[in-house]
Amino acid sequence: MKKRELPTAYRLPITRRSLITGFVSMGGLMLGGCSKELPPTYGNLLRMGDVLTYQARRLLLPTHALVKEYDRHEISSMPATGTTNPADSAQPAFKAELGPIYERSRGNQFADWSLSVEGRVDRPGRYTLADLKRFPARTQITKHSCEEGWSSIAEWTGVTLRRVLESAGIQSSARFVNFYPYDENPDGIDMIDALHPQTILAYGMNGRDLPVSHGAPLRVRVETQMGYKSVKFLRRIVVANEFDDMGPTGLLQTGWSWYAGI
Amino acid sequence: MTLMLSGFVILMAHPRLYWGAVGNDLTPALVELPISRNYFHHGWTPSVAFFSGPGSPVTAERTYDIFNQNGWARSLHFLAAWFLVLTGAFYAVTALLSGHFWRDLRPRAVDLMPRRLWGSLRRHRGRDEQMPGPPYNPLQKCVYVAVVFLVLPLIVLTGMTMSPVITAAYPGLLELFGGSQSARTLHFALFVVLGSFLIGHLVLTIVSGFKRQLRAMTVGVAR
Repeated sequence: MKKRELPTAYRLPITRRSLITGFVSMGGLMLGGCSKELPPTYGNLLRMGDVLTYQARRLLLPTHALVKEYDRHEISSMPATGTTNPADSAQPAFKAELGPIYERSRGNQFADWSLSVEGRVDRPGRYTLADLKRFPARTQITKHSCEEGWSSIAEWTGVTLRRVLESAGIQSSARFVNFYPYDENPDGIDMIDALHPQTILAYGMNGRDLPVSHGAPLRVRVETQMGYKSVKFLRRIVVANEFDDMGPTGLLQTGWSWYAGI
Repeated sequence: MTLMLSGFVILMAHPRLYWGAVGNDLTPALVELPISRNYFHHGWTPSVAFFSGPGSPVTAERTYDIFNQNGWARSLHFLAAWFLVLTGAFYAVTALLSGHFWRDLRPRAVDLMPRRLWGSLRRHRGRDEQMPGPPYNPLQKCVYVAVVFLVLPLIVLTGMTMSPVITAAYPGLLELFGGSQSARTLHFALFVVLGSFLIGHLVLTIVSGFKRQLRAMTVGVAR
């Protein structure tokens, strides 16, 4: 597959700009809030602040700087929070039509599971775990930062999202990548983070298969953002050219920031 | 004030402080603050080890519905932080360029002599009136310079050290503060320092003539 250039809108200077330059460009940031491909603010002051922070990240920080990777002996304990089993109807994000399907799939070690990649791609299709494991694997020991305030270090093994998207053929109109899990927590990221070399679809954790409580059979790891952006229990990936707020259960309408890099 | 309030609400979601890169409910804390129902909640399934052998890191599932208002609190915190950083940087730059810093704020060598500092403290205890505005006494100089040029920059930097995307671009921040959890603990300690300054500052403003001081801070000094 030919190496694909970033769409023009995402091709940002890689050099680190000084803070001074940053403040000078602040006027431009404010104007940028009107641009169409940004998350909606619904006229909410807090969401406008989120967009300002998101724009500042795009303008001031290098596009694909790598997060720190740790040594094996630094792997730490890690709580499993949020949904820990999509088949458990007592959990807040339980989705009635998908819970039983997850339960069945889990019963046969996810042999019948496959990931659907669709939307603005030339070759939409499904990938089984075996298909994903045929791609070159990437293993990274990184820090998970939860918005609650805690953090942990774990080893994640998987395939870069970039490689899967390139194999499906990203169209030039693609702007966002949305993740649909077996629970009620769909979410999405922009192309900058989707093509980041450390954004992976992880099937392994700490040298074993990904445990159910941490998102089996497949979760995304978005290492440049808070933990909640790393959607667990993936079943579908949709490449989109327009922002999707995921409706009433999405982050934005439940009062959370869509961009969580800080 | 907005930053202090939203920061406190954020802390309530996880009222445990650590040192180093990591810290969570399954690792020991430096201190656990009794400020929300999340304090020692014990809502965890039994731990499962990641590796075989003793001392392995573990995982456990949370079964407790924690207090968490971080949706609005985090967004409000960052919005307010923009105002702090922009006005703070503007103040610092103008204070340096206009000479306000060199003329009025910079403690001179003579100001730092223990006898001068002690003297200025003694006069305060005697409620000797401090005229509003400059010239500042030696204690005022030290405190104002420390708050504006040390505590505020440090609180911003420790805040940024908790961000995965900022530390990816500037990994030196992690080295500087010894990890994101250390930075979080320092961020909280600096909040306590700033809060104490704010309270002390307000009390002294009121004690030394509230109306006159307020007029001096806003429209100017009537001497």
